[in-house]
Amino acid sequence: MEARNNHPTLLDHLRRQGVSRRDFLNWCAYTASILALPPSASQAIAQALATKPRPSVIWLSVQECTGCSESILRSFEPTLESLMFDQFSLDYHHVLQAAAGNAAEQARDRAIEQNFGKYVLVVDGGIPLDRDGYYSTTGGKSGRDLVCEAAKGAALIIAVGTCATYGGIPAASPNPTGAGGVHDALRELIDNKDVAAPIINVPGCPPVPEVMTGVVVYFLTYGKPPDLDNLGRPIPFFGRTVHDDCPRLPFFNQGLFAKSFDDEGAQKGYCLKDLGCKGPTTFNACTTVKWNQKTSFPMFSGHGCLGCAQPKFWDREGGFYGKLF
Amino acid sequence: MASSSKKAGEKPTAAAKNAPASQPRRIVVDPVTRIEGHLRIEAETDAQGVITRASSSGTMVRGIELILKGRDPRDAWAFTQRFCGVCTVVHSIASIRAVEYALGYVIPENAQYIRNLMIAAQYVHDHVMHFYHLHALDWVDVVSALKADPAATSKLQVSLSPWPNNSPAYFGAVQQKLKGFVESGQLGIFANGYWGHPEYKLPPEVNLLAIAHYLEALAWQRDVVKIHAIFGGKNPHPNFVVGGVPCAISASSHATAVNGENLRLIGEVIDKMRQFVDQVYLPDTLAIAGFYKDWATRGEGVGNFLSYGEFPTGVGAAERATLQFPAGVIINRDLSKIQPVDFEDPTEIQEFVAHSWYSYSAGKQVGLHPYDGETKLEYTGPKPPYEQLDVDQSYSWIKSPRWKGLPVEVGPLARVLILYASGDVRTRGLVDHSLGRLGLPISALFSTLGRIAARTIETKLIADMMPGMYDALMANIARGDLRTFDDVLFDPTTWPKKARGVGMMEAPRGALAHWLTIEEGRIGNYQAVVPSTWNAGPHDAAGREGPYEAALRGHKLQDSSRPLEILRTIHSFDPCLACAVHVVDPNGEELVRVRVL
Repeated sequence: MEARNNHPTLLDHLRRQGVSRRDFLNWCAYTASILALPPSASQAIAQALATKPRPSVIWLSVQECTGCSESILRSFEPTLESLMFDQFSLDYHHVLQAAAGNAAEQARDRAIEQNFGKYVLVVDGGIPLDRDGYYSTTGGKSGRDLVCEAAKGAALIIAVGTCATYGGIPAASPNPTGAGGVHDALRELIDNKDVAAPIINVPGCPPVPEVMTGVVVYFLTYGKPPDLDNLGRPIPFFGRTVHDDCPRLPFFNQGLFAKSFDDEGAQKGYCLKDLGCKGPTTFNACTTVKWNQKTSFPMFSGHGCLGCAQPKFWDREGGFYGKLF
Repeated sequence: MASSSKKAGEKPTAAAKNAPASQPRRIVVDPVTRIEGHLRIEAETDAQGVITRASSSGTMVRGIELILKGRDPRDAWAFTQRFCGVCTVVHSIASIRAVEYALGYVIPENAQYIRNLMIAAQYVHDHVMHFYHLHALDWVDVVSALKADPAATSKLQVSLSPWPNNSPAYFGAVQQKLKGFVESGQLGIFANGYWGHPEYKLPPEVNLLAIAHYLEALAWQRDVVKIHAIFGGKNPHPNFVVGGVPCAISASSHATAVNGENLRLIGEVIDKMRQFVDQVYLPDTLAIAGFYKDWATRGEGVGNFLSYGEFPTGVGAAERATLQFPAGVIINRDLSKIQPVDFEDPTEIQEFVAHSWYSYSAGKQVGLHPYDGETKLEYTGPKPPYEQLDVDQSYSWIKSPRWKGLPVEVGPLARVLILYASGDVRTRGLVDHSLGRLGLPISALFSTLGRIAARTIETKLIADMMPGMYDALMANIARGDLRTFDDVLFDPTTWPKKARGVGMMEAPRGALAHWLTIEEGRIGNYQAVVPSTWNAGPHDAAGREGPYEAALRGHKLQDSSRPLEILRTIHSFDPCLACAVHVVDPNGEELVRVRVL
């Protein structure tokens, strides 16, 4: 990616804003660590970000609850404000942007035009695939058309949240609006080679914020997505189950299970399997990256894992309180 | 009470009919940004640029209530929570209360205190973020802040409160950051704002102050939600459970998140919240409002107000009797009378679909109580992409709820008015003090500015209630009472064959209730009537406007290509559209033909 439109590079920009090189390098090191990269990678991240202009990010929301946007606002390392003011240019995001109506639509269209082939497209929410798209419109256009239009010029597409990745709650049985994920909406365009950008799935309801920001930083550094598994998920974050790293695992191994939400076992931190925990079958980073500045994560606060990063978790037989085994 | 040209029950279309014969101009704002969800406003203006008719349209639907049918009622909180990831706590609370009400399930005291702390944290978080991140840019000109003298901003800050970030160097650094951003040519989220619009009235120093606090609030909010993370495991979308709360207390170890260290942390977070409200949010509101007093006579809405009440200190039968925010209805701005609300009376709360993309079996003119809620998706609007909706026909995925046939406004203004009318001393003090500072009469509350002031005032009320909630929990723990859950009715085989219930709550955006029926341990019917449905709904069968529509009528637009005035009044309601549009016919499965691609 070369500097374009005479925009300064990221490091120029940071210097102008009084960010020290040391702070910048510390941030790169942290990002490398949560991506499970070797320490040497922090140098690569620093090198890449320091020499590139701030890339354009276009965020489209379709059948969303805004939980994914709220989640990324909680990102602590890096913070969303450091990303959107210092690392990339958030050119369309209908929750945060100042412009409304036509002015907002123009900002999006201009960002697509000026950065064609280079921008990152982020999508949250399910996408109604049915009925001419009238179950979700913005500016009179269907959500599906908007996503398809923006996907053609993207360098990378990130589906955030279980709705944009696999359909999520709108696609739960009986899927009243015919909702699907980004892959479903783009299938035809991908088959016809009209969309070439890689698609990263970052599931979770919502995803862990540092997982979303970490994926963006990886792409900015290496110009390609991290290694993805067969469900399109970045392996550094989705390579292990939340059970594998759960602090209650020793109790599981001893066969000690809480039987009620406030019994003695619950107060001692026993395993939540008998209260319906779906941790053993759920791949996510909740127990490693943790939530809200490492304050907690669902099982630490006493509720079983809902399995919210897994496809079809809303329709799992037995519901949220049924035992896995 | 001040007289008003718009009385409850007046038919709004009369205004449109009185418009000059010249072709009215249609202004469309879609997307309305800086809200949750998909909202479209279409407004007709006369030759002078005055809005003669406004139409509010929700343009996205998911059908979560249809998805709920037949599921385990204990799971419903997680589904309804996904109505909205902004007000992430409220639909879970309404849902578990509805199930508990249906079953006569009494929760332990500690669970009530913990829920109250989570609801209160949601309020303070939501209202502060709404003010700075969703609403401020309607009043604060980002570009003008570049012209500010940081020393003058510093002086202003020092005069407003003891907030420590007040030096000229601090504001200079914020300005430098902003400057770097603007000079990069990549304006990102600030691109294409209506900067320089003549309706922006703040001096550069105040604009810079507000931008500094916009950035500070982004960092502050991450700490507030630690309360949700400790009790619920994460935010957004913390966990809940029917019968109590899921977080066991480990007062003497670190086995769970609710341990001694984190309980102390909650106390610290509460202090931090109160400090920000007292030293930043409240003084900023008054400082900015002082430049916009002309907005104290605009955007008043329908003049009827509804609140369901919130923050019960008791449990079981005592729950509704111990609400610290009272329930009730005020009609036609009459603060001398608070009318009671009956959630079970089929003639009180009803939903209409006369101008919504749904049909009723008895025709589009009738209203239905939520227990009998019936909705069939029936899109009759234009095929996307479209330029304009036919607002004489159906034009929204939002229904029109009515109380005894009347449109009512819900939210902070409704709550503050009901507290004020009920004689609440703290509310009276805060309202009188704030209006006194601005030199405005009590009638100023019925306006766009009044709605904003009410939101700030109630944030202070709630933040100040939090230490009491916290102390009650800590006192119980100190006594050795660690009960947070009762498993007596958790097993569905203990339930009656049939039951039904309603879960009421006051969400930050207003009155919220879920109604459900339970049959053989499964959800029979599930209906939610939510704050933004009350406020954002379209005209009803009698031609009465919803609150957004009524509030916009009469606004004069200085520049119809940059309708800043529309954003100001709509944002003053704090729209939350994904919540408002969620309803689908529980019996309508066969109507939906899913084309598999």
